[in-house]
Amino acid sequence: MYAYTDFDDKFLAERNAQFRAQVERRIDGSLTEDEFKPLRLMNGLYLQLHAYMLRVAIPYGTLNGAQMHKLADIADKWDKGYGHFTTRQNIQYNWPELRDVPDMLDALAEVNMHAIQTSGNTIRNVTADHFAGAAADEIADPRPVAELIRQWSTDHPEFQFLPRKFKVAVSGARHDRAVLKAHDIGLQIVERDGLRGFEVIVGGGLGRTPMIGKVLYDFVPSADLLPTLEAIVSVYNLLGRRDNKYKARIKITVHENGIEDIRARVDARYKLIRPQFTGIDQQMLARIEADFAKPAFVSKSLGAYESAYTNDPVFRAWVDTNLTDHAAAGYAIVSISLKAHGATPGDATSAQMREMADLAAEYGHNELRISHEQNVILPHVHRADLPALHARLKEAGLGTANIGLISDIIACPGMDYCALATARSIPIAQEIATRFDDLKLEHDVGPLKIKISGCINACGHHHVGHIGILGLDRAGVESYQITLGGDGTENAAIGERAGPGFSADEIIPAIERLVMAYLDLRTAREETFLETYRRLGLAPFKAALYPEAKANAA
Amino acid sequence: MPKDFKPSVITANDLLVGDVVYLDGLTWVRDLAQAEVLTDEADAEIRLLEASARTAEVVGVYLIPVETAKGTTQTIHFREAFRATGPSNYSHGKQERI
Repeated sequence: MYAYTDFDDKFLAERNAQFRAQVERRIDGSLTEDEFKPLRLMNGLYLQLHAYMLRVAIPYGTLNGAQMHKLADIADKWDKGYGHFTTRQNIQYNWPELRDVPDMLDALAEVNMHAIQTSGNTIRNVTADHFAGAAADEIADPRPVAELIRQWSTDHPEFQFLPRKFKVAVSGARHDRAVLKAHDIGLQIVERDGLRGFEVIVGGGLGRTPMIGKVLYDFVPSADLLPTLEAIVSVYNLLGRRDNKYKARIKITVHENGIEDIRARVDARYKLIRPQFTGIDQQMLARIEADFAKPAFVSKSLGAYESAYTNDPVFRAWVDTNLTDHAAAGYAIVSISLKAHGATPGDATSAQMREMADLAAEYGHNELRISHEQNVILPHVHRADLPALHARLKEAGLGTANIGLISDIIACPGMDYCALATARSIPIAQEIATRFDDLKLEHDVGPLKIKISGCINACGHHHVGHIGILGLDRAGVESYQITLGGDGTENAAIGERAGPGFSADEIIPAIERLVMAYLDLRTAREETFLETYRRLGLAPFKAALYPEAKANAA
Repeated sequence: MPKDFKPSVITANDLLVGDVVYLDGLTWVRDLAQAEVLTDEADAEIRLLEASARTAEVVGVYLIPVETAKGTTQTIHFREAFRATGPSNYSHGKQERI
């Protein structure tokens, strides 16, 4: 993976020293809060309901063992012994004190990590397919170009005060696991006539006004990518609406001006700036690509694995649920669930972080990934090592076999932590997971993505949940609105609102009625919830959600 | 017609720790029960302005309406109830000390 150069180290040290001085000036009264707030946000520091929160970037979701160990150390030394992995491949610490944050940033710098541009109206952490570099369905590893974009966008002088935040995601696989079409820019690696390039999607986003991204260019050669991105962001920077925060994202700019108009403007801007890109970016990319060379895969006997698979039903359930095909023979991609039934989605204790780091070192070529679905991935594990790995995971409370199932819920922090939230998300996720675990139904129900947001900003991606739940404040009471049929993959779709909201007490039984209706409606076990919904539409699910309305109409 | 003024408490977050504080006289306290309940609207507005000027101590000063009927100060909105206790997934925040 990418290792910082002397330039990177020096840049980060300087930036951290600047922030340390800014914190000191805030504390001694030389800076007002109005002056300090944009400075702390640029460095990932929020003030939430109960405390400050530090959001640390995990670029394109990739970590090594030493970095994960450092995240654990920071959790113990300056927080409450845990961290929260987010839907944008970041980690958040919920309890730091202001004076400690500069030390936390210095500790992160020791392992090539930072919190720069994890907030503010800037280009945010570049996310990627969490199976990048390992997936069997991959054309190319998206991380080198994601790293190039990170370097280009970090402290980019033209893009520090955009109309609004700006999110970029990259995938190199045929199956979209990075929710490309819900990003300001989504980049899909494609090949044409043997040439590597990118499909460039713009104007996607969730939040208040959800939009599916539109294809701006179906093929941009690799060498032209950075000037293309610069042209797009530059056009948005001038054209984006600064008069209205709710209309300031590029999705609205694209929607209001039309994709053809945006394309014409980007083309014009591109012509102007293309000569400035003299190929240095491509030389840098080549160096970065060398850092992402595949590990040295080995060949081992699969006897122990096969015998465990046959004889141990718990191991078998975990293998069948939590593994994904790897490009290399004999290997598997292991998803470690941070969704034990009843636990907070995305939270890991410092002890769990250390165990995952050690397991990555012992069995996984020292690599870890964070998924936008708030789980941890060991991307390169030989199947021969799976029985030993699984035993260790179980011991650490990390052996839950529920990836892609009903209890593998995305939930934003909601009103338990977030100052913007209008209702809680975490307890709803905990109760749904616990309920379906009690019913022993989740493996029977099969693939089903529930996504919960505690406000309209949609950090919990509820619009693209097969079942989406949005928590709102209705006259001083928490109320939960259900959307159905959303999809965050290459077939992206925004979920359809099912009807009036449910109270916190009513929402779990409502979800249960919905799932029971699906079990009755599906043609076969193989027909997933989403497929059944697409075949039948909203009506039968609505009838299950609102039985009293049906009774009244009869 | 302006809305009826409800008995209120001044709240903010502490600058250094970030935790929720309430105003009692001139002192910031951690416990809502110790907060001074303001019953006069004009007085509350002046006190809010004064408190907002204490930027070296706190961030984000505002008034919250409270209920005092049962002899103790209680929040009305659920958001303030969470601020007064802590998150519901762990026993962290103010509830740790209770």
